[in-house]
Amino acid sequence: MTRDPIGRRPPGFHVKAARRDYYSATMRIDAEDPPAPASRQPQSPVHLFLAFNRLALRGFGGVLPWAQRTLVEEEGWLSNHEFVEMLALAQVLPGPNIGNLALMIGDRFFGLRGALMAISGMFAAPLVIVIALAMLYSGFSDQPTVAAALRGMGAVSAGLIVGTAVKLIRSSPPHRAGWAMMAATFLMVGLLRWPLVWVMLGLGSLSVWLAWKRGRP
Amino acid sequence: MSVAELLQLFVHFLSLSLLAVGGAITVAPEMHRYVVAEQGWLGDDQFTASIALAQSAPGPNVLFVTLIGWNAGGWAGALAATAGIMLPSSTLSLLAFRWTQRRHQLPWVRAFRTGMAPITIGLLLATGWILAAQNLANPLLIAVSLATIAVLVKTRINPLWLIAAGALCGIAIGG
Repeated sequence: MTRDPIGRRPPGFHVKAARRDYYSATMRIDAEDPPAPASRQPQSPVHLFLAFNRLALRGFGGVLPWAQRTLVEEEGWLSNHEFVEMLALAQVLPGPNIGNLALMIGDRFFGLRGALMAISGMFAAPLVIVIALAMLYSGFSDQPTVAAALRGMGAVSAGLIVGTAVKLIRSSPPHRAGWAMMAATFLMVGLLRWPLVWVMLGLGSLSVWLAWKRGRP
Repeated sequence: MSVAELLQLFVHFLSLSLLAVGGAITVAPEMHRYVVAEQGWLGDDQFTASIALAQSAPGPNVLFVTLIGWNAGGWAGALAATAGIMLPSSTLSLLAFRWTQRRHQLPWVRAFRTGMAPITIGLLLATGWILAAQNLANPLLIAVSLATIAVLVKTRINPLWLIAAGALCGIAIGG
């Protein structure tokens, strides 16, 4: 099994940042757990599929807390420590964090086949459910009550997204350059509606370059 | 939706995939600009409903992309949008995971994470703003958004309850 590279990392390396990211996902864990590797592993790719299917279907309003509960506490495939390390990487990479995490965990146990089974498990049933809901909605969308309810839900969605941003800011406050980058991104994308590609390439490379320079002795 | 349009949708979402650091929701403003404002494949209300439905349903919130595709072009649209947004980032994730399994020293990953964090948060704020800005004419709905922020930040309540409460508030506020 290829789980050793994570377990053997020098203590403290990366873990602080990983823990911060982890808390930002509003979960409680004991991040001081010794990095003991988890004891169990999935019996088969189908086992992976079923576990990810289960955690996705429980994940109303966010799958991440359920991922920790299912994978670490119930199945015991990962220790909290390993989960944090993987999540940190999943969050840095583009794409849905939870989808990236599924790919990584699946790959770790059964290679590409495991990755595909894990991500299919996570997506198959919710995809059908969400389209069924959309069909129901399109049949009823001309009803003023349904439209009003959806408007209310949309207002909550907007609040949830901003609230998540606020939590992220609170869990790891940016320094001065970071605030400027954040404000500039909001201005260019939110208010001016500039194409994202150019904002990301321009501001993104500037911001990474600044971080690189700051990180050097 | 014609085959050419499906292809346009697929290619545009392909190009957004690798930019979606922090989740697909961070590229929602760009999706909105392209599919609603520029191409007119779906309306403002459908776009917002896609996000609200995906967030209230179980499963990954990235499924809002599937719904945008579905609203724009039925099942084929859903497939094109989902495959487009998932393929590049998933491939990159797998490759990066295997790479980091072999290497321990990653100074550039630190710089990338530190540098991209404020951009990611700025994009979340922009997304929230774009969703909320459609309600500017209705101060009660803006109040619902603001209350949601406060409750989410101050409590550990399951957001599902907030979404349910939002539906009730929407009905109470009316058209």
